[in-house]
Amino acid sequence: MSPSASTQEFRAYVNAREKRDILRFITCGSVDDGKSTLIGRLLYESRLIFQDQLARLEADSKRHGTLGGALDLALLVDGLQAEREQGITIDVAYRTFSTDKRSFIVADTPGHEQYTRNMATGASTTDLAIVLIDARKGVMPQTRRHTTILSLLGIRHVILAINKMDLVAWSQTVHDGIVEVYRDFAKRLDVTDLTCVPVSALTGDNVIKPSAAMGWHHGPTLLQALESADVATDRERLPFRMPVQWVNRPDTGFRGFAGTIASGLVRPGDSVLICPAHKLSTVSRIVTADGDLTCARAGQAVTLTLADEIDVSRGDVIASATHPPGQSDQFACYLIWMHENALLPNRPYLLKIGTHVVGAQITALKYKLNVESLERVAAKALELNDIAYCNVSLDRQIAFDPYRELRETGGFILIDRYTRATVGAGTIDFALRRASNLTRHKFAVDKPARSAQKNQKACVLWLTGLSGAGKSTTANAVEQRLHALGRHSYVLDGDNLRHGLTKDLGFIPADRVENVRRIAEVAKLFVDAGLIVLVSVISPFRDEREMARRMMEEGEFIEVFVDAPLEVCERRDPKGLYRKARAGELKNFTGIDSSYEPPEHPDIVLKTGERSVDELADQVIAYLRSRFEHPAG
Amino acid sequence: MEKQRGLSHLDELEAESIHIMREVAVSFAKPVMLYSIGKDSSVMLRLAQKAFHPAVPAFPLLHVDTTWKFPEMYEFRDRMARETGMELIVHVNEEGRAQGIGPFTHGSALHTDMMKTQALKQALEKYGFDAALAGARRDEEASRAKERVFSLRTRTHRWDPKNQRPELWRLYNTHISKGESMRVFPLSNWTELDVWNYIDREKISVVPLYFAAPRRVVRRDGTLIMVADQRMKLDPGEEPEMKQVRFRTLGCYPLTGAVESDADSVPAIISEMLSATESERQGRVIDRDGEGSMERKKQEGYF
Repeated sequence: MSPSASTQEFRAYVNAREKRDILRFITCGSVDDGKSTLIGRLLYESRLIFQDQLARLEADSKRHGTLGGALDLALLVDGLQAEREQGITIDVAYRTFSTDKRSFIVADTPGHEQYTRNMATGASTTDLAIVLIDARKGVMPQTRRHTTILSLLGIRHVILAINKMDLVAWSQTVHDGIVEVYRDFAKRLDVTDLTCVPVSALTGDNVIKPSAAMGWHHGPTLLQALESADVATDRERLPFRMPVQWVNRPDTGFRGFAGTIASGLVRPGDSVLICPAHKLSTVSRIVTADGDLTCARAGQAVTLTLADEIDVSRGDVIASATHPPGQSDQFACYLIWMHENALLPNRPYLLKIGTHVVGAQITALKYKLNVESLERVAAKALELNDIAYCNVSLDRQIAFDPYRELRETGGFILIDRYTRATVGAGTIDFALRRASNLTRHKFAVDKPARSAQKNQKACVLWLTGLSGAGKSTTANAVEQRLHALGRHSYVLDGDNLRHGLTKDLGFIPADRVENVRRIAEVAKLFVDAGLIVLVSVISPFRDEREMARRMMEEGEFIEVFVDAPLEVCERRDPKGLYRKARAGELKNFTGIDSSYEPPEHPDIVLKTGERSVDELADQVIAYLRSRFEHPAG
Repeated sequence: MEKQRGLSHLDELEAESIHIMREVAVSFAKPVMLYSIGKDSSVMLRLAQKAFHPAVPAFPLLHVDTTWKFPEMYEFRDRMARETGMELIVHVNEEGRAQGIGPFTHGSALHTDMMKTQALKQALEKYGFDAALAGARRDEEASRAKERVFSLRTRTHRWDPKNQRPELWRLYNTHISKGESMRVFPLSNWTELDVWNYIDREKISVVPLYFAAPRRVVRRDGTLIMVADQRMKLDPGEEPEMKQVRFRTLGCYPLTGAVESDADSVPAIISEMLSATESERQGRVIDRDGEGSMERKKQEGYF
């Protein structure tokens, strides 16, 4: 194409280019498998490398190259690796290049073993993976790890690039041996389309050009495989789904539902179901800035209007009325943990699926997956990069499809409620039917009735603080006063409950979370019974105290920070526990080798080092009085 | 996301960008779109119109003005604001203006830091914007290739590349803590050529400086600088000459070099870019036997 080409030629050319599609792929492999050289070669051979870049590459090759001054293509990619060494990139880099047939977006992930998180990030948006293997080493644990993750994320198309063939004398026997081992492993997973290409990234054999040295290979070159891979799913043929992103109401005359179509087709006149509310309507118009459409398909960002005035909001899914999505609040799912802070069962997180954000808890860790052997291992918590199969419970019903059927309505991320970080990613396997099989029975005598009978307002006084801070002592004094005032109360004491309700639990973080959850559930029942409940338990983590707060009704939960400095508690040491912990005889002791997160906004602060027990009890009673104009006074 | 039969390359990029813009508009309390008047901003503007049609985009435009842009850029900016009906906020670092900061007198580094970087922070803080849409692309430079679409900024507006949030599927985490903010890049996956192809397809207006025309320029340190206004003092012996030039990027005129070119229309610009691409590729992919090109010879020689 020259600048002087005729307009007609130009149009034809641009149209042809415009028709090319995008292939998004990921490259995986171990650190020394030659990934940088391979990507460098693809960029070099197919993308524009300008004269100045080439000159720089030549100079760099002489200075840093590993090939005795010869052009080292890895440096095209490793320009970034210098930054990597300074710690910037333990991360995915996205690169683009194109040929006449296709545009490519490569998610280039570092090969180190511990970066499952980054690999999952890169893989989630791709359709195909190049798994690179060093011909001299064959299938490595890392190869298995990556293939397992690809399979979990639904990447069905894999190109197995067996690299460094020049170093094994272009041997077909070596190649075939590796392919057999790999196929054997991939068979146990969901890889449906496997193409094998023996290459040498260093010499370029079978990367772009067919190799003269490997005449025995009759398959495509790597670039041919990339150009011809048929990865288009038939999402158009799946039932219609569109998660509502935004309700567009510029004026009273227009109410449109904007979103990106996840699957299927939609036409004006189609009947649709709004999920999870289960309301039926009909599509009136498909509105775009370029005019109304008679049909829109998966992948398009559009605005729909409906024939009926029904309530639709962000997070809802507009779906085919004949083939609606599933609906539930409990799921079995795969989960990849992506944060340094461990996942603890029953800790509350936010879950984002489609355009919906809901409250979520992992209720059961079924097993952790050993991604190299595919063995199932029991687990109490998940650490960074762990992959597990678990049950998740949401605070409301959502519309969903299993991930293997549709990524957009089956994949989710977990967000930490405090740091707002993305801490995990999951894929829905299937819905657990239990929620829908259980129906709450409504009893005539309820909480207000029971409270009224006792002439009090039921609530929870949640005393949190270090061991030895004076929680139980204070709870005891407060309850004596309540009793004297004719109030109905009960103390749930963490230590006492460990003889029964929670005797199966230890002191590791996962058990502490479960400990607090059980006590909070019991406290909730007692509040329902109309009692004033005093909870005395270390409850070291903010998340779980927050969880307890949310389990109660607004205003029922009163957080009491029993505040004594660690030195004071340690000096008191009423049970001799600090001494044991310091001596190393007691593990996971709060304040010593397990953390305590003080409340950020407690309702009451009791300084037990500065005031007497009587004064503190008076302080609590005074608070209750002012808070509820409590009949307690 | 998974490939979709039927949608072209540009359709797919367009849909992705619209999705990102809508996600910003609904998830943040006070979003803004940075508007730099360049071609990427023009594309962003069109995408925003498409994303929120028939409503007007739900955020204002922010132009951080260094006061050293080409006169044509200011005209273009005001015309676009009028045509789109979007609110345009122009912010100048007044402290810098009072000190007379400029590229000729203070050098490009200080000028850029004071009038662009500091000015942007001032504006974001002044208006309390918690999300800023910008037109940067991953093909522009190495560190951008690694940045997320939704990129978190600390309370002091810093990017912490070591602590980026994983970004899976289309599930952007828009949650931030008080004082933090988000920079959002809807054109992350576009290339420069995609931008021009889209301008061509959608007939999007861009500043005329992108098109070749006779312009008064001087050559300084090997760069063709346009004599845009009287603030530019000529060195002794410097004589402006008329040359047929255009600009590939637009910024402060003293810091923006022109290239000699005859490309006076969008198709001509695309042709110019393609011919640069193709000549490279001729020697590599299409021209399989590869003889002739200097690059090929070097390659053969090296390996």
